[in-house]
Amino acid sequence: MCDSCGCVLTSEPVSIDGHHGAAPGQRELSILHGILADNNHAAQHNREHFNLHNVLAINLMSAPGSGKTALLEATIDAFAGQYNITVVVGDLATENDANRLRRHGVQAVQINTGNTCHLDAAVVHHALHDIALEPIDILFIENVGNLVCPAAYDLGQHFNVVLLSVVEGDDKPAKYPVMFRSADLVLLTKSDLLPHLPGFDPSAAEENVRRLANAAPTVLLSVVTGEGMTHWCAQLTTWLAARGKKGTP
Amino acid sequence: MHELSVCQALIEQLITIVAENQARSVHHIKVCNGPLSGVDSHFLKQAFTVARLGTVAEHAELSIDREPIQVRCSVCGQEGGATANSLVCPHCGDWRTEVLSGDALLLVSVELS
Repeated sequence: MCDSCGCVLTSEPVSIDGHHGAAPGQRELSILHGILADNNHAAQHNREHFNLHNVLAINLMSAPGSGKTALLEATIDAFAGQYNITVVVGDLATENDANRLRRHGVQAVQINTGNTCHLDAAVVHHALHDIALEPIDILFIENVGNLVCPAAYDLGQHFNVVLLSVVEGDDKPAKYPVMFRSADLVLLTKSDLLPHLPGFDPSAAEENVRRLANAAPTVLLSVVTGEGMTHWCAQLTTWLAARGKKGTP
Repeated sequence: MHELSVCQALIEQLITIVAENQARSVHHIKVCNGPLSGVDSHFLKQAFTVARLGTVAEHAELSIDREPIQVRCSVCGQEGGATANSLVCPHCGDWRTEVLSGDALLLVSVELS
């Protein structure tokens, strides 16, 4: 056991390259430093900004097409007049999602990542640079649609919400364990399609999340029928109340 | 594939380490990677061959030690190995476990000259 970092190295490390100690004239330095420490530092900086201005920050992650933007549209409408919602949305290209969200009356900042498959803390910080945080109650960060890469990057959010649309299959948590292990809440979206998908078992999806040692609730949700929206909005209200926010009646 | 971004973060650290130690270049880099870090070791090595070009690590060799997953059961209290998509207790089968290791992504050591 490494006392300084908590990292457990194998007693006989499996090295991809064979290597046999420092050559003459070279010196070996022990570092033991997280490779993504700079991102984590920037994420903590973001989190301090959010805390200072009492903003609830939520990182929304899913595969492309699971309904992140549709969920946000429904959430904005459900909370209209109650809470100030702002969205930072990441896509490789286009301003489409930000435009959709703006039509619901909220401030939305589009990040185009080009060929990059995830957001990082610095990119989010840059996007928020000209935004006044003070009036914001909820900041949604709609990550790039991808179940792999975004999981490795802390953005400074308070909670991770991961969407799994029922058309994707109930074994997604087993296929993408790092992502679903990070979830504080899993929304099983497009639940209105369940009658057409006899192979999707919501309890199996939940079991696959539990096998990741994750107690996150799994909630069936449809923006078409409204199923689960009460639960989702109640969860947001609980998180907001924990920050002392009651909203405008 | 975010491994190239991870390599760029690694190169930034190497540049700092070389400057702080008044060294000229990096010869060998040892990284520790766990299955729960979200970074694939094979692609990390591939990305490194690109990321190192024109840097202090241009001729450096990267070796990656795998960090095994270990969990501690919150119910029976025992420890044991697990896999990335099944972190249940290997003794009693309960899912309420704590990950002790397997999620690290660390720069362990470097050799400089």
